[in-house]
Amino acid sequence: MEEKEKFREQIRSIYRLLSTLLVLFVITVLGVVYLLNDPDLSFFRGNEVPQEYVAVTTEDDFDKIENGIHVRTGLKEAEGLMTVVNNCTNCHSAQLVIQNRMNEERWIATIRWMQETQNLWDLGKNEEIIVNYLVTNYPPKKKGRREILTDIQWYELED
Amino acid sequence: MKRRHFIRNTALGTLTAAVGTDIVFGRLIPEGYSLLALQDPDPFTLFSKDREMVVLNDRPWNIEAKAHLLDDKITPNKYMFIRNNGLIPEDIDVNSWTLTIDGEAVKKPKTYTLSELRSKFKSYTYQLTLECGGNGRSEFDPPAKGNQWTVGAVSCATWTGVRLRDVLEDAGITDKAVYIGYHAADVHLSRDPGKEPISRGAPMAKALQDETLLAFKMNGQDIPLAHGYPLRLVAGGWPASVSGKWVQRISVRDRVHDGSKMTGDAYRMPCNPVAPGEKVKDEDMCIIESMPVKSLITYPRSGAVIKEGRKLSIRGHAWAGELEVSKMEYSIDFGSTWSTCQLEKPANRLAWQHFSAEVSLPKKGYYEIWARATDSRGKSQPMLLPGWNPKGYLNNACHRIAIKVT
Repeated sequence: MEEKEKFREQIRSIYRLLSTLLVLFVITVLGVVYLLNDPDLSFFRGNEVPQEYVAVTTEDDFDKIENGIHVRTGLKEAEGLMTVVNNCTNCHSAQLVIQNRMNEERWIATIRWMQETQNLWDLGKNEEIIVNYLVTNYPPKKKGRREILTDIQWYELED
Repeated sequence: MKRRHFIRNTALGTLTAAVGTDIVFGRLIPEGYSLLALQDPDPFTLFSKDREMVVLNDRPWNIEAKAHLLDDKITPNKYMFIRNNGLIPEDIDVNSWTLTIDGEAVKKPKTYTLSELRSKFKSYTYQLTLECGGNGRSEFDPPAKGNQWTVGAVSCATWTGVRLRDVLEDAGITDKAVYIGYHAADVHLSRDPGKEPISRGAPMAKALQDETLLAFKMNGQDIPLAHGYPLRLVAGGWPASVSGKWVQRISVRDRVHDGSKMTGDAYRMPCNPVAPGEKVKDEDMCIIESMPVKSLITYPRSGAVIKEGRKLSIRGHAWAGELEVSKMEYSIDFGSTWSTCQLEKPANRLAWQHFSAEVSLPKKGYYEIWARATDSRGKSQPMLLPGWNPKGYLNNACHRIAIKVT
């Protein structure tokens, strides 16, 4: 009985060994076939393809930012930018926003005026985000009663 | 990357350059199709404006001149500012365009076609100063809300049309008439058809003046679209917003017209002077009527460098709303002394007047030439900003240019 049992055990280990070798052989063959078709192993670096797309879409991006400026509107990139873009540039151009320098109170008064007379919707929680963006990024500038002349482009006046 | 190479190597490359970005599916563009991005309006081409004009706002369009661009005695279209409150009307059909006179103070509403207006009434031509009420707004402190005009929202073109008075008399107005208000074809920014971007007007006394026209020509040609084609109310000397563009209807009211931008802060000043930044109650605001006395040095352009010993010729225009300018002066020493300019009479009432002077600058250095006009009632331009008001109207502070003598 003991002899028989030993023999069976040997058969089992030979079988296991042969099975393992077969699996390895199949994997190797598949690997070689794959390598012949894709020598760069590009399948395993699949990320690169989407990366290229990402690069291109950034260039074509509708909401592209360049040097801290939202190109499509000219607004500064900062917290709340897209809330401002989405709520404040539907009727009028962002140029009207950028030109104006107001404090919180006067921006809110302006929003109320737009809501009362210009069909601006209720801004809900976005109102605070918008007003914060505006007073932070476009604060009023002190000008006094008369500013000095600036940006003078000097040129020789011909006779 | 491959796509970009592909595009760069084909005729699409030019289009790509024009649009400023890659054109996805560029190969599929049908021949002769113009890309939306290229239809994107270039205001200078679109409105035949000089490229030195300054775009303040592209929706609605607001474009201003610079002082030196306004040197012509009669402002050509290319240097004329655009102030729009709404969107420019599309698809204007001159043949079906009509003007209706209605309101509480007409006997019966009456409608005229453009050809009826032209044939039935005598035409007049006047040179008329139109200045935006907010010209100069950018200088106010605290800043005032709206387009930040500097000095260039003023023009003086010739306008040809029929007298509003003749048309109103023909339509028949009653003794209840107080004010006229215009209604026009421009479109509200929200595109809400129930809203008018602007509907202003003037008291009867202004409406019935000789020079108040329903104009169909500007500088001898059809009025450019941006300036009110095919029919514009023109009321010189008052805020240019009284001169309604694309006019379709004039209501003769038995009260002060209450249309869009006649109320609130719009085109209204505190009735009594207020401190900068002060809140003003609605009932304490008064409608702006005549514009104040003002002037511009249009030659030379600021920044001129001249040789020592040379005399400097300056010139420009001065205007005073309903009034005439009676005196024009300049100063080279920040107002310590003033010298008189030569001043011409206006081409007609409400036209700006031209001034000129030969200026001597005593020694080398930096100078500012300040110009100051005085109206027929003795009021002069202030050197500092005049009274602050919520919307920054009526800044008629002296214009100045920088000069260097070397």
